[in-house]
Amino acid sequence: MDFLRPASWEEALAAKGEHPTAVPIAGGTDVMVEINFDHRRPEYLLDLNRVGDLYEWETGEDSVRLGASVPYSTIMEQLRAELPGLALASHTVASPQIRNRGGVGGNLGTASPAGDAHPALLAAGAEVEVASAARGTRMIPIDAFYTGVKRNALEPDELIRAVHVKKADGPQQYSKVGTRNAMVIAVCAFGLALHPRTRTVRTGIGSAAPTPVRAEAAEEFLNAALAEGGFWDNGKIITPSVAKQFADLCAAACNPIDDVRGTASYRRHAVGVMARRTLTWTWESYRGARRTEGAA
Amino acid sequence: MRVNFTVNGRPQEADDVWEGESLLYVLRERLGLPGSKNACEQGECGSCTVRLDGVPVCSCLVAAGQAEGRDVVTVEGLGDHARQRSCGGSDGVPLDAAKGWAAKAGTDSQAGEGVELAPIQQAFIDAGAVQCGFCTPGLLVASDELLERNPNPSDADIREALSGNLCRCTGYEKIMDAVRLAAARQSEGV
Repeated sequence: MDFLRPASWEEALAAKGEHPTAVPIAGGTDVMVEINFDHRRPEYLLDLNRVGDLYEWETGEDSVRLGASVPYSTIMEQLRAELPGLALASHTVASPQIRNRGGVGGNLGTASPAGDAHPALLAAGAEVEVASAARGTRMIPIDAFYTGVKRNALEPDELIRAVHVKKADGPQQYSKVGTRNAMVIAVCAFGLALHPRTRTVRTGIGSAAPTPVRAEAAEEFLNAALAEGGFWDNGKIITPSVAKQFADLCAAACNPIDDVRGTASYRRHAVGVMARRTLTWTWESYRGARRTEGAA
Repeated sequence: MRVNFTVNGRPQEADDVWEGESLLYVLRERLGLPGSKNACEQGECGSCTVRLDGVPVCSCLVAAGQAEGRDVVTVEGLGDHARQRSCGGSDGVPLDAAKGWAAKAGTDSQAGEGVELAPIQQAFIDAGAVQCGFCTPGLLVASDELLERNPNPSDADIREALSGNLCRCTGYEKIMDAVRLAAARQSEGV
């Protein structure tokens, strides 16, 4: 095994171009587990800890360009206002020790259906910035990024530079089912974001299909129902029948398996419950914000 | 490969390190510092917790090469780290002293007599927060960092800070007591 230690982003891309089988390691919270258990013996480890750019983020007008290695603990502390869904998701990642090391780039690189960041990214709307020495930078929409169980749209010579996450223009929520709060891989997870500016709702489902997915039929139904009832303007409570239909459609968007953590039918049920709850929570905050604005 | 880094305030060098080796393995097997414990090797138990450039991390998930040029504090250096924090100035802990670290035998069954402990270590002893002791080093490092960052933690803060450290003996209540005790002593300047 060779340990490659690029000191800059350009060096890292050159190294990955030269050794496409090299396994990038940043926080190490996925890669080291596989090495410790002898599940993986990569020919090259490509250490990204010395690439300082990956630990920086920039807040633009519409989105945050989040460096691939910005740790979850920093997202929780520094980006709660801009990326509330991702901040909530970050808080559910493992333990403080893991959140101090792990970041969204690793979650995307591993592309596990159970990765905690994915539902939040899908709900907020995001693009993954990847680059190679040969072809430069390209942007991959988050909806096209996950291609299979632990598979993503990266080419062998590419590395993840950053993820551009849309800044919240309304309330966002994140919910996760597990046996306890800390140190739990999700049985299933759900992210929901209201986008009042475009009058749309977006969702993200984790651990309930081969890849993280959006519940697109549920989104379309809810967008139409909210528009038809004038809910965005009148700020009324969402009709229980609408919430139930939304929840059922979210459950129907799942394609889960039975495993040691839970059965497929449990996962479907739980996703429906989380969909209804997160919709209620976010809608209540939206109504609250409207009332405050109205009073002011 | 060779790894050069700072351990408990002193520069150290580890040779013949395999590229896939963890920082934990280097600390225990190459430098002879067995204080950080090896249990789950997957970041679930926290018994290998050390400070990497001040930040608590699971040393089993840090590749040895990633520690190059960086600053590590292990449980063996915790007393010195705490002393440095309160008084300032320290030359660090020499490797031989760290290797030989032991709670010296006292006049009764109370451990820790005759050796200078970090306040959090004394609090763990006084509160009876140590049973089999395997999780203790990780808990000490995590608790010490909490009190450095947040001198008056609420119970929720303590639970959150220690949520990555598993203990199968104590049921955590005595550990909570120990951290509260250390916080109280710290604020009284004892």
